[in-house]
Amino acid sequence: MLNNNDILETIQMIREENLDIRTVTLGISLLDCADSDIDKACSKVYDKITRLAENHVLIGEKIEAKYGIPIINKRISVTPISMLMAAVTSSGNSGGCVKFAHALQKAADTVGVNYIGGYSALVHKGFSAGDRELILSIPQALAETSKVCSSINVGSTRAGINMDAVALMGKIIKESSETTANNSCFGAAKIVVFCNAVEDNPFMAGAFHGIGEPDCVINVGVSGPGVVRSAISKPEMAGADIGQIAEVIKRTAFKITRMGQLVGTEAARALGVPFGIVDLSLAPTPAIGDSVAYILEEMGLEKCGAYGTTAALALLNDAVKKGGVMASSSVGGLSGAFIPVSEDAGMIEAVKSGSLSLAKLEAMTAVCSVGLDMVVVPGSTSADVVSGIIADQAAIGMINSKTTAVRVIPAIDKDGRNMEAGEILEFGGLFGSGPVMEINNFSPAKLLQRGGRIPAPLQSLKN
Amino acid sequence: MRAVITVTGKDTVGILAKVTAVCAEVNVNILDMSQTIMQDLFVMTMLADISNCRTPFAEFADKLKKCGKEMAMEIHVMHEDIFNSMHRI
Repeated sequence: MLNNNDILETIQMIREENLDIRTVTLGISLLDCADSDIDKACSKVYDKITRLAENHVLIGEKIEAKYGIPIINKRISVTPISMLMAAVTSSGNSGGCVKFAHALQKAADTVGVNYIGGYSALVHKGFSAGDRELILSIPQALAETSKVCSSINVGSTRAGINMDAVALMGKIIKESSETTANNSCFGAAKIVVFCNAVEDNPFMAGAFHGIGEPDCVINVGVSGPGVVRSAISKPEMAGADIGQIAEVIKRTAFKITRMGQLVGTEAARALGVPFGIVDLSLAPTPAIGDSVAYILEEMGLEKCGAYGTTAALALLNDAVKKGGVMASSSVGGLSGAFIPVSEDAGMIEAVKSGSLSLAKLEAMTAVCSVGLDMVVVPGSTSADVVSGIIADQAAIGMINSKTTAVRVIPAIDKDGRNMEAGEILEFGGLFGSGPVMEINNFSPAKLLQRGGRIPAPLQSLKN
Repeated sequence: MRAVITVTGKDTVGILAKVTAVCAEVNVNILDMSQTIMQDLFVMTMLADISNCRTPFAEFADKLKKCGKEMAMEIHVMHEDIFNSMHRI
């Protein structure tokens, strides 16, 4: 017989501490849908997604009932659409890339998933056919669809940073925010700019199905900041030294990951597709207690953002990985602790109280996945400054051989007025609400105008 | 297939009778059970064989949940694999 305490612990994790499977994401390759006629390509895309994902949501719901564990999101990631666009542009046709976004939206509506990722391009070393066209169409695509997510990879440790793409993405983010100003600038919340993007990430908005992946694969993202926080806030942990804290986090991450592994293999078996990876990320939600910032505060910080935050986060991120790696046959994706400001009640409080600044967040991104995530900046922020933020994040990722990302939202209110630092931009749902943060407005324009590529870094002499 | 049924709440008369009645009704066999009172809280866990259950699993879980609500108790039914995978190496 199972141990009673173990049973009750699991139930408490789910009931009280917001333990859940954050996402079960079905990755689908669309390489076989390429066609020089964009309309034909779009109909192939729609057909393939609806055929393979027909039962995705249903199976997710069945597993939820069987194990009594909530699966919050059922999602789809697809091959970067720029590759399909390449077939269109290279045959002399151009324009209309947005049609792909509409095809993705229609497919997502048909199968009932809440987001579909892959309106993406990988341009870390340069633009190929279709890439530029896709990037330029992003603001329109995200304004006209609700479920499509976009990601662009602008740098990598092996290739360096494509500064032309960095400069372009600042403008695209600004424009996406402007075209969706009547909808909480939501367009900008659906774009992620990556360095070292991973091919098997199940989390939105950055999910896409990499070209090294099989035709169809199931990836699972687990969550559980609330569970970790609760584990280290137990009375017996009050006098624990920092090594013991790391041990407890490891053990908790192990249990969370095992659950992800179970759900992933079950979903893969039911859908008849291979199981890919479990992504170990601690993903916060605006729900009370489900916060990464609170874990850091539980470790002993007066407020997230205080000096010591980077150290505490480094410990957390590493302990989660150590616990999770043993629990799953295959760990991948982004795997770490997410620090999306607007989605984390503790982060929001820390910004409001003046403890957490953009500079501190940037330091935190050096030791955790994934980067400056869901950071709301004043609406007056120039495209160049946004590009500067992207360049800095990409550099941190490139030098440290890790994934970094930027998802910043220049805030404009419904009347078209630029919002200022201190105001709050409300997204609602899992995206939460973001306090507009102070920003350094000195211009990086000349650096960006130079264009070109930052060369790939040296892999030795690491200091 | 085996499931774990947990019942928690304030102790009252007839909890076991009502829960087992629901199980018997749909042909679920109880293999093992344990019960304790922690302070005022009644905690019961049961291991049940649901391979011959006459209703789909979700329906069985709903029935028990409803039965729990009537007694102001919380009842969860979960496949045993989730506990095995989380607590065993």
